[in-house]
Amino acid sequence: MAKVILDHVTKRFPNGVVAVNDATLEVKDREFVVLVGPSGCGKSTTLRMIAGLEEVTQGNIYIGDTLVNDVPPKDRDIAMVFQSYALYPHMTVYDNMAFGLKLRKFPKAEIDRRVREAARILEIEHLLDRKPKALSGGQRQRVALGRAIVREPKVFLMDEPLSNLDAKLRVQMRAELSKLHNRLQTPVSYVTHDQIEAMTMGDRIVVLNDGIIQQVGTPLDVYDNPVNLFVATFIGTLPMNTMNAVLKQEGGRIYADLGSFRLYIPEGKFKTIGKYIGQEVIVGIRPENIFDRASVPDANEEDVVTATVDVMELIGSEVNLYMSTPTTSFTARVDAHTKAQDGAQHQVVFNTKKLHLFDKKTENAIL
Amino acid sequence: MKNVEIPGDAPRRFNTWRFAVPIFLTVAAVLYLVPVYVLLTTSLKSMAEVSRTSVWALPRRPTLEAFREAGLALAPGLKNSVLLTVPATIISSFLGSLNGFALAKLRFKGADLVFALILFGMFLPYQVVLIPLVQLLMRYRLYGSILGLIVTHVVYGLPITTLMFRNYYTAIPGELLEAARIDGAGLVTFYRRILLPLSVPGFLVAVIWQFTNIWNDFLFAVTITNDPRSQPVTVALQGLAGSLVARWHVQMAGALLAALPTLVVYIFLGRYFIRGLLSGSLKG
Repeated sequence: MAKVILDHVTKRFPNGVVAVNDATLEVKDREFVVLVGPSGCGKSTTLRMIAGLEEVTQGNIYIGDTLVNDVPPKDRDIAMVFQSYALYPHMTVYDNMAFGLKLRKFPKAEIDRRVREAARILEIEHLLDRKPKALSGGQRQRVALGRAIVREPKVFLMDEPLSNLDAKLRVQMRAELSKLHNRLQTPVSYVTHDQIEAMTMGDRIVVLNDGIIQQVGTPLDVYDNPVNLFVATFIGTLPMNTMNAVLKQEGGRIYADLGSFRLYIPEGKFKTIGKYIGQEVIVGIRPENIFDRASVPDANEEDVVTATVDVMELIGSEVNLYMSTPTTSFTARVDAHTKAQDGAQHQVVFNTKKLHLFDKKTENAIL
Repeated sequence: MKNVEIPGDAPRRFNTWRFAVPIFLTVAAVLYLVPVYVLLTTSLKSMAEVSRTSVWALPRRPTLEAFREAGLALAPGLKNSVLLTVPATIISSFLGSLNGFALAKLRFKGADLVFALILFGMFLPYQVVLIPLVQLLMRYRLYGSILGLIVTHVVYGLPITTLMFRNYYTAIPGELLEAARIDGAGLVTFYRRILLPLSVPGFLVAVIWQFTNIWNDFLFAVTITNDPRSQPVTVALQGLAGSLVARWHVQMAGALLAALPTLVVYIFLGRYFIRGLLSGSLKG
């Protein structure tokens, strides 16, 4: 069983910066875990500590059942793919892939078998005699993956491996990496700043900010149930709408007062938010949970909001409506064939079942 | 409509600079080459033709006699120069490369201070160290020998070669070292199998520089080698001057012979100065 465990791991750099703060995490066998967060959030440092390229200041890291804190990178049985690929420029593709095995004194025949097998999987057999200089970005990326694969490590570490590819190739390699993982079943720890990569590839994702793990969960779980405002706005192609409101109670019902309109909280959720009545909170709702009025003929009139369309942004099958009322503004994602018009008033329906509420001070989710 | 300048469609107006610059450069180059002209023409003259009044004249009957004479006189010096320059160049470049590796890639504590101190050596004038240098060499029985001169040039070359390689290696991404570490390479293996093969352009620059400097050095050579049998060519050339009659043609031929190796090195290796071996290892 090759799992990776981070047990209260902290990294403090000599200049006092705490890059990773008390991170606890388990990457299970065969799991594809994506560490995601904005730049400087500590995700790369976390990965580099697993690799042994950075020392752990506090806490323990286990690979398999071995405590690896003081184990040098080469003995951790890991393979890493770097953002810059870090191919050896003077070596052929074959030698790049074989280098690690040669240093480990593998028999020649075994090296040859592994290199050719990896090249076949990655469809770079015809490039084995070339040097990195003669390869395209996507091909170099494959060689870098190949160099990791031939080692048959306990775990793959990937540090933004797709960031240097152009958009189209990135989407393609995303799917290929997932396929590769399904085939090899080796656990992957993958670092990216791109939440789409995290959502599409991860079995589980780990959202980091300011060196602190914010949330760990399946992509859907993190998307549906963000634990705080940061996760809510970081995950999602269009960020979640967040609006200031005051929570009020009237006739046994609770609603968020947004000034120019109200959003009623569905019944059955009162228990957790009771103590916030009369206080300011932040209301969150994803753009796809605000519907075009025309598409919901039987909408509850309470949930209907009239607002001005400031900007319309067509993205194909759907259109983003950037809307505002005198007191707040939000974005709705509706069908591209909406009758909404730039600058005109338009009616939309809030799906209040999908409302999120956040504590204004702690920014933690309260609903 | 406003007159829009389209890139590539050069403006038609007369541009003084476009003509002045090449003219100025040509004149400067000609002036710079005048001594070379005198050197060449005089070295091809016979004793009879050499005089102060005919310095500018072309040789009427060109002869290689002066070269033969100078060659015979300088042969031991040339040999000594080779024995001195080749090892000193190789050793100082190699040590500079090791230094550069340590300073650029290992980032040990105090690396910047060590680097600054090494660089300081570059700004010490030769003259300042001459007396202590001679005393030191005497103590270790190196004074007067080519070996002593080699050691001196190796040490004196270290600041510049360290600087060259440190800067060269700074441009080599650290991820290469990290990838190699994960692949199982220690520092020695990384240096030998990866960094050294990538250092060829760096070595060319360092070698050209060191070779030229060491070959052309006169001050250290004349101070440290008191014995004519171990004198390099720069010192031997001085001996050609003659005490009664100035044999200009022989001196000029000797000077040309002495300068030839550095010229050859530059002509054959100079073009590698700008060649980059690294392109393609990384993105882009």
